[in-house]
Amino acid sequence: MTDVKNQQRIKSLHRAILIISGMALFAVIALPIWRIELIAPQYPEGLEMFIYSYKLGGQVEIINGLNHYIGMKVLKADDFIEFTVLPYIIAVYAVFFILTGLLARRKLVYLLLGAFILFGIVAMVDFYSWLYDYGHNLDPTAPIIVPGMAYQPPLIGYKQLLNFLAFSIPDIGGWIFIACGILLTYCSVAEWRIARQKLP
Amino acid sequence: MKLKQYLTLSLAAATMASTFQACRPKGAGGALSGNAAERVYVAPGEYDEFYTFTSGGFSGQMTVYGLPSGRLLKQIPVFSVNAENAWGFSEETKPMLQTSHGFVPWDDLHHIESSFTEGMPDGRWMFANSNNTPRLARIDLTTFTTAEILEIPNTGGNHCSPFTTENSEYVIAATRFSVPPDGPESDVPIDSYKQNFTGHISFVSIEKESGEMNIAFQLKTPGLNFDLSSAGKGVSDGWLFISCYNSEQAHTLLEVNASQNDKDFIMAVNWKKAEEYFKAGKGKKQTNVRYAHNKFDHKTHTATSEMKTEVTVLDVADFEDLAYLIPCPKSPHGADVSPTGEFIVGSGKLAALIPVFSFEKLQKAINSADFEGERYGGIPVVNYESVLHGEVQKPGLGPLHTEFDEKGNAYTSFFVSSEVVKWDLKTLEVLDRQPTYYSVGHLMVAGGNAKTPYGKYLVAYNKITKDRFLPTGPELAHSAQLFDISGEKMELLLDFPTLGEPHYAQAIPADLIKDKSVKIYDINANEHPHKTNGEAEARVERNGNIVRVYMTTIRSHLTPDVIEGIQLGDEVYFHVTNLEQDWDMPHGFAIKGNNNSELLVMPGETITLKWVPDRVGIFPFYCTDFCSALHQEMSGYARVSPKGSNVPIKYYTGQQAQ
Repeated sequence: MTDVKNQQRIKSLHRAILIISGMALFAVIALPIWRIELIAPQYPEGLEMFIYSYKLGGQVEIINGLNHYIGMKVLKADDFIEFTVLPYIIAVYAVFFILTGLLARRKLVYLLLGAFILFGIVAMVDFYSWLYDYGHNLDPTAPIIVPGMAYQPPLIGYKQLLNFLAFSIPDIGGWIFIACGILLTYCSVAEWRIARQKLP
Repeated sequence: MKLKQYLTLSLAAATMASTFQACRPKGAGGALSGNAAERVYVAPGEYDEFYTFTSGGFSGQMTVYGLPSGRLLKQIPVFSVNAENAWGFSEETKPMLQTSHGFVPWDDLHHIESSFTEGMPDGRWMFANSNNTPRLARIDLTTFTTAEILEIPNTGGNHCSPFTTENSEYVIAATRFSVPPDGPESDVPIDSYKQNFTGHISFVSIEKESGEMNIAFQLKTPGLNFDLSSAGKGVSDGWLFISCYNSEQAHTLLEVNASQNDKDFIMAVNWKKAEEYFKAGKGKKQTNVRYAHNKFDHKTHTATSEMKTEVTVLDVADFEDLAYLIPCPKSPHGADVSPTGEFIVGSGKLAALIPVFSFEKLQKAINSADFEGERYGGIPVVNYESVLHGEVQKPGLGPLHTEFDEKGNAYTSFFVSSEVVKWDLKTLEVLDRQPTYYSVGHLMVAGGNAKTPYGKYLVAYNKITKDRFLPTGPELAHSAQLFDISGEKMELLLDFPTLGEPHYAQAIPADLIKDKSVKIYDINANEHPHKTNGEAEARVERNGNIVRVYMTTIRSHLTPDVIEGIQLGDEVYFHVTNLEQDWDMPHGFAIKGNNNSELLVMPGETITLKWVPDRVGIFPFYCTDFCSALHQEMSGYARVSPKGSNVPIKYYTGQQAQ
């Protein structure tokens, strides 16, 4: 009985949402997902770093130049295994979205939601651990050592780090990701309600 | 799910996104008070309240601005040639830039300090240092010209200079780069820094009346980098405080290797004691040095350069009571003495606090031999805690320099956090902070290094300009920012662009200087050997291949203005005497194709321009300074003939040849 319910085809509106979301996720591969801004009076033009699925963008060189005073490790794409696998993972999710839309199985929608939330959590934990690592593992021979000071930027929001205000928010890719998550949740909830209503 | 719900959902998403954007913190913006314009406005025809003598840094020159207007009044050539007024190009000024290395056309003028009488600027001279080829200069404030330049031997880079004692008994010159002492023994491996490199602190005596500078003696120290210094005043008169970095004695990648020790030093030197030992003949004569001593004489309008070969050196390690080291956190830059002389403020450029040392406690520690177990290069090190008055906590990042006002407040510049911070000298509490645009280096309070500061104004000399003015390509003027510090909070009044890269500056009340300013040179007092006494004596003389043109200028002609008989291979010297005796009536002189500058001759002055013609023909010359309604007519011709030509020497103005 349950199986029949879950294998029922989903609404065409939801199919459309899932397919469009899947296509949007492909775009995320090429778009900046997260951004960290550093704000200080002497950088009126701002200092920004963009995190893509496969690289770092923005004024990474300048930020590295500043970080060397406090002994922070040099930020370089080669150090992140994530940059080699993340585009594929996102592509897999994009395909999963589109397939779910095409196959229109309710069960797949639930599965996708679970997998997507899991991915979101793992990604954020991974991001946090990198921020922690860069903020705390400092070169003991650095020119500037402020006792007790760590330089971990916030996951989201802002934080004063010495003379810089670090501001961290999702960028366009991140927002698409979040939007996909919200839409997927909506589809799942809506489908779940339909399924429940159809129960005798 | 209805359409309305979709709309609600998407609206929620959009709101969330825009909320995050709205969370974006605002950039630091300086609030400008409403009547700032009024407070910096100096009406046409009126004068500024202060002269500000500002170092030009890499321009090698000194610039003079008015405060509070920020108007540029003059650039005084000091260490760099200045084609505009023939500084370093005229025969008279070439000796001023002579060194033991020959003629050096450029230098890096870092700091400026007034001559002082009883701890107050006396408006007589400004002293300036050159960082690259170590020299000291004295600028005469009656003529606003460089009167004297003295080279400093045994020195790597004369950065820690030209700080003077309470009555300008001495001007200090200390090496930023320790080097082996001068002489043939100095050819050593660079990695033998710790064994062979030494520091030298020169005490340059200032003759009370003439201002003439002479190296009285030098103190030889362990190899350290001396950065900045302040002489004691009031209770601490007789002492000198010098910031030292690179106590690690690194010789490579100083950025890292000289930033390792938690504390470097402020060296406290008992200069009265040193003077005593020097006078008692305790110093050693060093005779393998060579250093130039250049003086400009306003009677002959000519400079002379003399090479000196001897200096007296006292090794601080040979004496028990000459110098002491105060540990100071992280590569101190400024070492600034408070107006009463009670406190010494150390600014560790990598530190996150400001230590303030007490002179009284220092004396106590010295008297009770309260020293750390180990000496540094033979010099006793006092205990940090024993001499500490207190620490200013969380003042900002990267403190560099501190100046003082007359109310017991200190003002410290912070390069890294780009701000000026006001704090209380007694309680050490931070009272106010204002951002600077951008990354302030030195700051200057009017009289901020004197016994009784004038206060009122503070100028931040910023290292980075970026968007403060209309863009001018990649190279931008440095920006200075004027703050009013008369109230409880500092108020930003004005931004103004500056020439070169100002490091330090001195603001002096205009009244101390303006009435002594020379208007003209008395032509009857002109003792130039090639002066022309009136137009009747204007002439051209040949002596071998040397041709001397004794030329006069007066509105609106040059005498002679027709010159013939010059031949290829000649060296022609135009000795131009300006016969004018009127205020602001200089004449200029330039001749076509000359591999040289122009002249700018002040009333009553004689200056010489050398010209070696490169071809035959007619060469126009003219007055380059618009002097009168008929300035355009103030010109003449010189004829150049082949070598051995029979064209005779001939010259005249206005009538045919004599």
